[in-house]
Parts: sequence; structure tokens; C-alpha cells
Amino acid sequence: ATLVRVQRGGSPSAQTEGKLTLLCDAKTDGSFLVHHFLSFYLKANCKVCLVALIQSFSHYNIVGQKLGVSLTAARERGQLVVLEGLKSGVDVFFRPREEPHPLQFLREANAGDLQPLYAFVRDALQPVDSGEAAWRCPVLLVDDLSVLLSLGVGPVAVLDFVHYCRATVCQEWKGNVVCLVHDSGDTEDEESDVLLNGLSHQSHLILRAEGLATGFCKDVHGQLRILWRRPLQPTTHRDRSLTYQYKIQDKSVSFFAKGMSPAVL
Amino acid sequence: EGRNETCLERRTGRLSSNNEWTNRDWRGGLKDSVEWEGRSLLKALVKKSALRGEQVHVLGCEVSEEEFREGFDSNINSRLVYHDLFRDPLSWSKPGKALPGGPLEALRALDKRTVSGPATIALDSLSWLLHHLPCPTLCQTLHALSRQDSCPGDTPPGEQVRVLGLLHEELHGPGPLGALSSLAQTEVTLSGMMGQASAQILCRRPRQRPTHQTQWFSILPDFSLELQAEPPLESQPRSDPHTPSVDPTTHLTFNLHLSKKEREAKDSLTLPFQFSSEKQQALLRPGLGQATSHIFYEPDAYDDLDQEDPDDDLDV
Repeated sequence: ATLVRVQRGGSPSAQTEGKLTLLCDAKTDGSFLVHHFLSFYLKANCKVCLVALIQSFSHYNIVGQKLGVSLTAARERGQLVVLEGLKSGVDVFFRPREEPHPLQFLREANAGDLQPLYAFVRDALQPVDSGEAAWRCPVLLVDDLSVLLSLGVGPVAVLDFVHYCRATVCQEWKGNVVCLVHDSGDTEDEESDVLLNGLSHQSHLILRAEGLATGFCKDVHGQLRILWRRPLQPTTHRDRSLTYQYKIQDKSVSFFAKGMSPAVL
Repeated sequence: EGRNETCLERRTGRLSSNNEWTNRDWRGGLKDSVEWEGRSLLKALVKKSALRGEQVHVLGCEVSEEEFREGFDSNINSRLVYHDLFRDPLSWSKPGKALPGGPLEALRALDKRTVSGPATIALDSLSWLLHHLPCPTLCQTLHALSRQDSCPGDTPPGEQVRVLGLLHEELHGPGPLGALSSLAQTEVTLSGMMGQASAQILCRRPRQRPTHQTQWFSILPDFSLELQAEPPLESQPRSDPHTPSVDPTTHLTFNLHLSKKEREAKDSLTLPFQFSSEKQQALLRPGLGQATSHIFYEPDAYDDLDQEDPDDDLDV
């Protein structure tokens, strides 16, 4: 709940539709943010497309249940569309070549572009004019983009994919896109840097989860930096960023100002 | 006449009050970073051009037309032509919304046939073009684009075309950055300090030494550019309005403060290893209750006691 308040309350005009939010983690695991946004948007009655390349569907389901949503039920009523990368990645090789598959790049010698993946997202979130209750707004969640680099896709191809998702989901359909990317911190990894920086330039809001500089701590799991990158009005830099520390609990995450963890006071 | 005045101001190195560097005829690159974004400044310069009565052509690759036009009034928007490379740059959409010929043709189309001076071409962004076109091709096309104004004899000064490109510094290696730098007459690198943005301006003119200056500025909500003479002094860091100030000394399990009595007792205490005159006297004069020292010794069965004083033979 705190994260939602921070998101909404921070920017001068709290418009939350049509935005690209970049989740980034450095020296820690930022996937708790993905689970947060997934349950948040499902509860907000949005149509959600989850491109899950890292974990199985049941993993998201189990965590979702702790956060109060049932992904199975959401999928059954058509609110949630999931691309399970781990499962369907294998399917690519057992299908006839002519049939397009979102993860088709796995099959190609030099992985070209992610147009089939974009086509999947577009078809999943396309607003349909039917008699049934309309969902609030389309949301795309990608967990995560860094793995695409490991699978041989070039950083520019990933940036193009996000560009098209932004153009269609954010701009045309006024929905939101949330992507997770890892900051390897490795100065040798140019591709990862280009991807992270390129995405940062495209994003409206950047949430960066960092491990503490002093190392692992039982009571403070990390630090969250929030940067509004494209506010509607140009404002001073100071108004555009915030830092909180956090602790992940079983069913929630608690946020507090730096140095103010109840455990250390 | 106008050009001669510009030369004179530059040679004396003064920063004139009429925003000389923004008015000057230039092929310029605007380098920004994630922390200090450059699109606001690009829009501010676009606004300046439009207010001068020029037409502005924007090759928009990174943001939608709607987003780019936001914040501009109708006067400026009417002078702004947006060439949309954002919606479908790579022809992925079924009913093709792409500009014919893709990015390269869209860039080439901004030549004399479409753009006639006085005008400004804004490229948003050069980074996107650099990612999708080979660097040599891009450089050649940019050179051809700005070649229109490289022969001042042919085109009168008032009809020249300015080319402005936005470049995201962190996305490119030194090779492409260097190549694009060599094409630009003016390079503006954005940075800042303590919430205030600054621009490092490097001007290169033929047959002259490159000049370098730093300009602090801020951009107002209507995208007007406000230049500042020096960095604003901040005497105290403002307390963050979002975080209520909390006193960390409340709810502690130990005592951080002293009462008056405790403080007095603490101040009057003599430390054990502090040698004062009282202590000296106390040591020299055995006081009351201080017994003289005795040594009690119980010899063992195996001890060999010699009653003689071993120091007897010393002649002291």
C-alpha cells in the first residue's frame, strides 16, 4: 500500500495511465516489485499480460495468493494472459516452422527481432468490443528483459520491442507497461548497460532496488530509489527522486525512510 | 551585418545578455544522460526557433507527437511539423502506419525539397538513428542535410537551416560519439549540481579556436529557457517535504540525556589517572586509616631461608 501511495503521491500531476515503469535491481532481487505490480493491477481490474520468462506460472500464483489475488481465477475469467517462457520455449522446437511463435527467436541462428513477441502482446491486450464488462486498462508486465540478452537477442532489438509496446500499449491504448531489468554492475557488460540506459531514457518512472552498500542485513533487505524521469512539467531534479529502505515480509513489504528501520532504532 | 556582430561578441568572450549561444546559427548536438534529460532543453530551443518565426521540422523517433507537442501553445504548434517515426518505425504494424522507406528515407526527406530556411530541424533522437542506421550512413546523411548552409555565399544568412540533434551519451561508444561530434559546430553537454541544470557548451568554428563555456539554466513549465548567471547558492539543504522529520532519540531503551544532578556529579568526578596536587599530598603522607604495609610470609618446608641481607656487602 505504501508503494502505491508513493507512486501516486509523488509526481506533481499523478497521472498513472500510459506510462512505462522500469523496475531495476542491482545486487539484490527485485522480483518482489513484479509480484507487487501484478497483484496491484489485477486488483485494480486491469487486463494484464504477463510475459513470464523467469519463473513458472505456479510460482507467480503462489506469491499472488499471499498478496490476495488468484492468478488461476484471473486467467480463467480472461483478465490475465500469461506467456510462460519456461514451458513454451520448448514448444518452439516441436512445432512446424511455419507457425509463428512469440519466442521464435530461440530457433533462429542469429536472433533477429522480437516482432513475434510484440504481436503476441498486441493480440493479448487488444481491446475487444464485446458485450462483456470492459477491463480498466491494458497492462503489460515483463519478467524480465535481461534474460533476453542471455538468449542471444541484441539490446537494440529488446529496446525496439519495448518501443513498440510503449507505442501501442501506452500511447494508443493508454495502458501501462512494467518491465524488470537487472543492472549487472559489471563494467564489461556493454550490452546490459546499453539496455538499461536505453530503457531508462524511455521510462517515465524508474524504481531501482539496490542491496545495501554494507552488505546483507536481516532487518533491512535493501534500498528503493524512485526516479520520475519524464514528468509532465520540467521540474527541478530534487523533486524528482526519493529513496526508501525496505524489508520484505511474508505477505507485504514495509518501507521506511533511510536509517529509520524499527529494528535499528 | 548580423553575422559580423555575432563574430565580434564571440571574440571578446563575453556572454551577452541576449542569449547569444541560442540564437547563433549552428549545427548542434545536445548530449544528455539518464540523470539530466535533454528533451526539455530541445523543446525550449524548438520554441525559441518557432517564436522567431521559423518553421521547425521534428523527426520524432522516441516520443509520440502528442507528447512532443505537449506544453506548447497553438502559436508554436502551428509552426511545428512532426515527422512521426515513433508509431511504426520498423513497419511491424499490419495496416502499415510507417513512413515510407523507413528511417533513412525519412531523414533524407528533410532536405531542400521539404525544408527551406529559415528553419530548424530537430532530430529526436540521434541515438535512435544511430542504433538503426550504420554510423557512416548516418554521418553522411547528416552532413548532406546541413550542407545546405555550409556555403554562406549561396544562401543568405537569414535563410539558413539549423540542425539540432539530441544524443543520449551513455548509449554509444567513443567511436560513434566522436564521429557525430566532428559534424557538430556546437556541442551542448547537460549536467548539473544540486538540482540545478547546467550546459557545457563547446563551439567550433572554422579557422578559430574552440570556445568553451558553462551556462546554468532552468526551463520553465511553458518551455521558456531561463539563463542564470551563476549557480544558485543553497545555504541549507531543504528538508525533504515527503519524509516527515522524525526524532530518532524517542522510544530508546537506553538513556541519552543527563539530568542536572547527574551532570554535576559527572563534572566533579576526578578521574583515576589524573595527577592533581591533592593526590600528590595523599601519596606522600599516609593518611588516617591507611595502614602501614606488612608482608606476611609463610615459608614452605623446602624453602631455604637465609637470614643474611644480600645487600650487606654493598658500599652504599
